Amino acid sequence: MVSISRRGLLASGAAAGVLAATGMPVAAQQRGGTLRIGLAGANTSDSWDGRTHSDSYMITVAHGAVFDCLTEVTAEGELVGELAESWSASSDAKTWTFQLRKGVTFHNGKPFGADDVLESLQMHVAEGAKSAAKPIVSSITEMKKTGDHEVEFTLAVGNADFPFLMSDYHILMYPAGQIEEAIAKGIGTGLYRVEAFDPGVRTLMTRVDGHYKDGRAGWFDSVEVKAINDSSARMNALMTGQVDAVNRVDFKTEPLMRANPMINVFEVTGNQHYTFPMLTNISPFDQINVRQALKYGINRQEMVDKILLGHGAVGNDHPIGPANQYYASDLPQLEYDADRARHHLKKAGLDSLSIDLSASNGAFSGAVDAAQLYQASAKSAGININVVQEPADGYWSNVWLKKPWCACYWSGRATEDWMFATAYESGVPWNDTNWENARFQELLQAARAELDSTKRRAQYYEMQALMSSEGGTIVPMYANYVGAHSSRITNSGTIGNLWQMDSSRLIERWWMS
Amino acid sequence: MHPVLRITLQRLALGVLTLVIVSFVIFAAVNLLPGDFAQAILGQGATPEAVEAIRNDIGLNDPFWIRYFDWLGALVSGDLGVSYSQMMFATGMGGEDIQLIPITEQIAPRFYNTMFLAGLTAIIAVPISLAVGVLAALYRGSAFDRIANITTLSSISSPEFFLAYVLTLFLAVQWQILPSLASVTPEMPLFERIYTALLPALTLTLVVTAHMMRMTRAAIINLLASPYIEMARLKGISPIQVIVKHALPNALAPIINVVALNLAYLVTGVVVVEVVFAYPGIGNLFVDAVRSRDIPVVQICCLIFASAYVLLNLTADILSILSNPRLRHPK
Repeated sequence: MVSISRRGLLASGAAAGVLAATGMPVAAQQRGGTLRIGLAGANTSDSWDGRTHSDSYMITVAHGAVFDCLTEVTAEGELVGELAESWSASSDAKTWTFQLRKGVTFHNGKPFGADDVLESLQMHVAEGAKSAAKPIVSSITEMKKTGDHEVEFTLAVGNADFPFLMSDYHILMYPAGQIEEAIAKGIGTGLYRVEAFDPGVRTLMTRVDGHYKDGRAGWFDSVEVKAINDSSARMNALMTGQVDAVNRVDFKTEPLMRANPMINVFEVTGNQHYTFPMLTNISPFDQINVRQALKYGINRQEMVDKILLGHGAVGNDHPIGPANQYYASDLPQLEYDADRARHHLKKAGLDSLSIDLSASNGAFSGAVDAAQLYQASAKSAGININVVQEPADGYWSNVWLKKPWCACYWSGRATEDWMFATAYESGVPWNDTNWENARFQELLQAARAELDSTKRRAQYYEMQALMSSEGGTIVPMYANYVGAHSSRITNSGTIGNLWQMDSSRLIERWWMS
Repeated sequence: MHPVLRITLQRLALGVLTLVIVSFVIFAAVNLLPGDFAQAILGQGATPEAVEAIRNDIGLNDPFWIRYFDWLGALVSGDLGVSYSQMMFATGMGGEDIQLIPITEQIAPRFYNTMFLAGLTAIIAVPISLAVGVLAALYRGSAFDRIANITTLSSISSPEFFLAYVLTLFLAVQWQILPSLASVTPEMPLFERIYTALLPALTLTLVVTAHMMRMTRAAIINLLASPYIEMARLKGISPIQVIVKHALPNALAPIINVVALNLAYLVTGVVVVEVVFAYPGIGNLFVDAVRSRDIPVVQICCLIFASAYVLLNLTADILSILSNPRLRHPK
C-alpha cells in the first residue's frame, strides 16, 4: 500500500470530503488529459455494428463516445436532443417529426442529414434485420425525409415514448451510403474519433476538434478503453493506477477499494432487477393466492443484504425501477410475512405447497444462493421450495420460459412502456409469466399513446400496483451499478443510472480533476 | 536415408494423425456442451425463431459429420475458415460481397503475443532452472539445495492464478515495480513490451522452473555414482568441472526432454495466466471462443496447442538422439 501520513490524509482527504459534502464542484470542468478505463463485458466478436451491441464495453465506446443517437437521456434522467434539435408529435402520437441539428459532420467529413437518419434506421426496420432494437422500431410504418434536416416517422400505433426510444444504444447514426465502411472503421458523429480498435482487447480514441457538444461534454483529449473481463485483474488495474475507472466492482473487494484514499466507489440504483417469474398458466401458479403466498414468503431485505451485500434496493414485484420516469416509489412495499403467506395458502385451499424453483448463476450472479434463501424463508410459511440447480450454459434457451418457475435477470428499460411491452404484454415472445390481466393490458395500450403526462403517471402507477399485488413475477431486488474511479478524474456529482458507468457516458461527461 | 531423418518423418506423419484425432475429439466435445453458438450469442434474447435464423445462417443445422468433414476438408486445402461471429456479421450486413476477416488474421497477432510471452518466459526460466539444478546437484543436501527444492516445489504445487495474484500483490500493488495489467500493444517498443509482459512471464517462470530444475538435479546426481565420474574426481578436477564437463553432457537427454515438455506447456498453459493479466494472446481468445461456442476458433486454437506439443516433443527426441553418440551412430 502507498503509505500516507495521517496529516497528509487529513489535508487531502478531509478537504475533498468537505467540499464534496457541501455539493460544490471540487474543480471546474477543464479540457485535457488522457482517460484510461478498464471495462468488463468485452468480446473478440465485438464490432461497430450497433445492432449487435449488448454488453457494457461496446455500449460505452460506441454509444458513449464514437456514435450519437437522435436523442439523449441526461444524467438527471431528462430527455434532450442529441443529433435531433427538437421534435413534435401529432395529437394521436402516431406521427413524429424530428428537426435535425445542422452543421454536424461525421468523422470522415461527410455532413449529417436526413438521409443518414433514414438509412441508419433502415438497418433495424428492414425485413429480416437481426437487430436487438427490432421490437422498438417495429411499429414504424413509414419514414419520410421532409427536408434536408427534417424527418417524419409514422407509427402503426401511437407511442408517446417514441423520442425516448430513439436514445436507445442500438439505434446509432451511421453515414448514408457508407454504412459498411463506418461499421468496419467506426465512423460516427460522436465526440471521439477511433484511432485503433482491437476487438476484445482495447480501443484508442482522440477528441474531435470543433464538435456541437463543445463546452458541455468531451473534456478528455484522448481515451483508451481496455478490455479487462477478469474481475480481480480489473480491480488491480485501478488499484495500481493503470486505469482511472472500472465498471462492475466486485462486491467482495469493494470495502478494500473504499479503504484506499485514492479511489472512489460510485454506485447508483437503476432499473437492473432480478426476478423469479412463474408461468401463471401452469398449476399451481394459476391461483392468485398461491402467487400471493409466494410474494409474502420471500425476505427481500435479506437478499439485498446477503446476495448484493447491500449494493441494491428491495424490489416490489414490478419491473419499473428508480431510473424510470413514472416509478411508483410510494407503492406499499411487500414485506416478508410468514403468517400472511400461510393465510393465502389456506385461501387457495392448501395446507402446504411443494414446488420446484429452477436457478443457475447464469441467470444472475448469486441466483442459486438467492433461491436457497427463498427456500429457507418460505419454509416457515409451509411452502417447500425445491431448488433445482440448472447449468448456466443454455440457461436462457432451456430453462427460462420453459420451466414453470425459475430465476431471471432484467437490465430494465428506459421507459415503462418498453419494459412492459418487452415482457408483460400478452403474446410477446419474452413474456415469462403469461399473466393475463384484462385491466393491465388495457392500461398498457392506453398509456402508450397518452401524451398527457399526468394521466400517464396515473396509468403506470395503477399498472405497477396491479403487478405488485397480483402479477406472476417476484422481484426481490434491484441491483446497483457499482463502479470505481481514481482521484485523477472527477464528475459533476450526478451520475446517470440507466446503465453502468454514468449511463455509459462517463467518457464524455467526466474530466481530469 | 539417415536414421534421424527417417525418425523425423515418421514422427511428423504420426503428429498429423494426432492432430486429426485431436480436432475430432474437440469438435465432438464442444458439441456435447449444453448450448450452441446461436444460444450463447443471443443469451436471454434466444427466441426459437432467432436461434433458428442464426443456426441456418452459419450452418449449425447440418448433421455433425457433414459439419466436421466440411471443416476438415477446408483445413486440408489450407483454408482455416471464418469464425461464426464473422459469418453472422456478414449475413447481418446482408451481402455476399462483405470482406470477411479469416481466422488466420484474427489469430496471427494473438499467436505472436503468446509466442512472445512463452519465449520471454523460456529465456528467463531455462537458464535459471539449469543453473539452480546444477548448483543443487553440486551442493547436494546443503541448505541451498533444500531451499531451492522447497521454493520450486511449493511454486509448482500452487495453482497458476494463485501465484499470479501473489506476484501481483507484491510486485504491482505493494511495491509498484511492475504493471498489473499486461496489455501489450502492437506498436510498443521491445523494451516496454518486455516490461509490460514481465509479470505474467515471472508467474509462468515459477510454474515451469521446478520441473526443469528437479530433472537437471536428478539426472546429474544419477550420474555422479558412475565409475567415470569417480575417475574424473580422482584426477583431481574441481567438483564444478566434474559436473559441467563430465556429468552434464551425459545428462542432457532427459534434461532436453523436460525442457521441451515445459516449453510446450508454456504455449498451452498460458490460458489462465493470460486471463488474469488481460494479456491479448491466444489463451484469452480461446476462453472467449469457448464461451460463445465459436467452434472454428476453438478448433484452430486447440490445433495450435496440439501442434506445439507434437513439434516440441519431436524436437526433444531428435535433440536427445543427437546428444547421444550411441543413438547418433547406431550399429
